[in-house]
Amino acid sequence: MSAWLASLVAPGVTLAILAMALATYLCRISGHFMMHLIPLTPPLRRALAALPGSIVAATVIPIIERIGLSAGLAVGAALLAMLVRRNEVLALVAGLTVAIAARAWGL
Amino acid sequence: MISESDRPIVTRAGLLEGARLSAPLLPGVVVFAMTFGAAAAGRGLSLFEAALMSALVYAGMAQMVALEAWPQVWSWGVIGSLAVLTAVVNSRMVLQGASLHPWLRSHGHGFNAAHLFFLTDANWLVGSRYHAGGGRDLGVLIGVGLTMWVLWLAFTLPGYLLGAMVSDPRRFALDLVMPVFFAAMLVPLWRGRRAAVPWAVAGVVALLASKLLPGHLFILAGALTGMLTAALMPDDAAPEQAP
Repeated sequence: MSAWLASLVAPGVTLAILAMALATYLCRISGHFMMHLIPLTPPLRRALAALPGSIVAATVIPIIERIGLSAGLAVGAALLAMLVRRNEVLALVAGLTVAIAARAWGL
Repeated sequence: MISESDRPIVTRAGLLEGARLSAPLLPGVVVFAMTFGAAAAGRGLSLFEAALMSALVYAGMAQMVALEAWPQVWSWGVIGSLAVLTAVVNSRMVLQGASLHPWLRSHGHGFNAAHLFFLTDANWLVGSRYHAGGGRDLGVLIGVGLTMWVLWLAFTLPGYLLGAMVSDPRRFALDLVMPVFFAAMLVPLWRGRRAAVPWAVAGVVALLASKLLPGHLFILAGALTGMLTAALMPDDAAPEQAP
């Protein structure tokens, strides 16, 4: 039964990865091959320029709301470390350290 | 007629030059790949699945967002929404690919379709600079893309193994690796308060949507509203207000 379940579940993951790969590949080739179909208007340029930051905000803010104070403190510490030193490793270490301490304190 | 400057060039020397130009990007891709690996372990993916995703998708931000939206139960609808989410996160690649068109058009369709698999922020950026400086050897673009792909895949593995060693991921805050790493990305992305307005809209809409919409559609709702906000904002060609 569990083997049957595993055979049912694992294809879901593999299919999802293949679907993600296909979606990404289509993004990669469509710009070049549909060049004449996409008018690069200023609004479209602005929209695409705003995309990375929008994804980050749309992902991170609901997580902070769901997980609570430890997540908020961790993200704050990482932002601070990044502002001061511009170093991703340091930001990651600072954020996780603050979160571990906050949780050890029961926050 | 193909003019002299349009002649397709791809050389071994160009590929090696691409690999050399990748050196400054090495720390960033190594940390990002290991972060993805650790997050994948925390989400319960197998080592094979994490490696498969890094090898075939090869898009860090999309892979991280997908992990956040990773479901417990699989259905066609869930797979479809993950594909749409991935396409939205990667839609910047459409613009990047389009901007490479003048460089690629003298090469064959099949060849372009093959090497564009390795198109990523890094090789687009390095390649665009090289092309803008008069360089024409497409090997440089491909060289950076291949180097980044090898590093991305190779460092997913130790990240995964480190993440999998931790028995209580919450205690060591491994559930926060993704949001912490993502939030830190905002600092280099910062282009002033004005450019951050769409981000704020995206965050607020996503927060509201997370209460109203099922699954992880809130990421999609927030990202699309952020893009729409940016598109509707008046052009910033006008001078900024006095500081």
